[in-house]
Amino acid sequence: MEDKHQWPLYEVFVRARGGLDHKHTGSLHAPDAAMALSHARDLYTRRQEGVSIWVVPSTAIVASDPAENDSLFEPARDKIYRHPTFYEIPDEVKTL
Amino acid sequence: MYTQGLDGQVPDTAAHTDEATLEQRFLARVDAEEKIEPKDWMPVRYRNTLIRQISQHAHSEIVGMLPEGNWITRAPTLKRKAILIAKVQDEGGHGAYLYSAAETLGVSRDQLVEQLLSGKAKYSSIFNYPTPTWADVGAIGWLVDGAAIMNQIPLCRCSYGPYARAMVRVCREESFHQRQGYDLMLQLARGSEAQKRMAQEALNRWWWPALMMFGPSDANSTHTGDSQRWKIKRFSNDELRQKFVDFTVPQAKFLGLAVPDPELRWDEHRQQYEFGPIDWSEFDQVLKGNGPCNAERIAARRNAHAAGAWVREAASAYAAKRRQPSANIAA
Repeated sequence: MEDKHQWPLYEVFVRARGGLDHKHTGSLHAPDAAMALSHARDLYTRRQEGVSIWVVPSTAIVASDPAENDSLFEPARDKIYRHPTFYEIPDEVKTL
Repeated sequence: MYTQGLDGQVPDTAAHTDEATLEQRFLARVDAEEKIEPKDWMPVRYRNTLIRQISQHAHSEIVGMLPEGNWITRAPTLKRKAILIAKVQDEGGHGAYLYSAAETLGVSRDQLVEQLLSGKAKYSSIFNYPTPTWADVGAIGWLVDGAAIMNQIPLCRCSYGPYARAMVRVCREESFHQRQGYDLMLQLARGSEAQKRMAQEALNRWWWPALMMFGPSDANSTHTGDSQRWKIKRFSNDELRQKFVDFTVPQAKFLGLAVPDPELRWDEHRQQYEFGPIDWSEFDQVLKGNGPCNAERIAARRNAHAAGAWVREAASAYAAKRRQPSANIAA
């Protein structure tokens, strides 16, 4: 009989071109990491969309909880002095 | 990544704030064109509507491999065979993207596959029509993929993030499907009398089923209201169907083929084509399982799934063996 357990889920990250970050592209099921890589190649790079692939077991990813978004991200909202546009520099001053 | 181990958090959140407030907040986000992501709170009906729609969409891609796959071994040239294999492979890929998107809503891949194989799940009625000639492969690419694109482009802006992102990938690939189909029809239409006749007959077979792909007319569509409110659906069935006719009729004219609708005429005042009534009884019959190929399609899927079982089992067994400590191998 067939294995009752569903193959684990992997997240796929693809580097589109040399010099760019790997970017999350999608996910897939595979029995192991080697098969996940092979499937990712067939599924997400059929048209030369990448030069490098990462696969990561989905269970290895720890994600923030949207319900806690306020406490996580709100504190940065009023710190506008962290942006260069906060500071007015006289026109006479160049290359700053 | 989105659902595993996280679904449990949804009721916890809901316990703190009452349902009505959460729903208001959800609708405000949808109105503001924000994307809803898997871990965000969403109404149960929204979740269920999406599971139904995305899984039907995925099943359609998977079953959609069959009518054209039928012609891979008989493609007339190596070039056409390579194109057709690439297209059919894309459809399988689209099914995989969409199953993944559906899974983010808390349904498992095994459940989805089981629903398709048991005949419980629905898929697009169009794939229950046969492909008796090579020209049907062209007509499918041109008309069926053309209608699908019309439907899928607005879905790229759908409020549910994973579905929208899957549709962006699908649409990027779909244009090749439609163009290779039109290219195939063009070649037949410019060929011998027999080839031209073959193209015309394929158009005759696929025209009305392609119009039915957009679903029941707005007056009879049960799901449209909620779906539009939730920005899953941006345009009504009739709007999309009209747009498809307006785009496609001039393409048929260029091929020198006749659209099989005696009532088709250009409405100068409304600046669009008027077309004859659709035979909805045929649509209902195909949906109920009485189309020309319903039984054949499901049987083909079941056979493929059963015939592939040993491959899945072998891959699982190999993975399990590799996970065992190396002591076993030494012993």
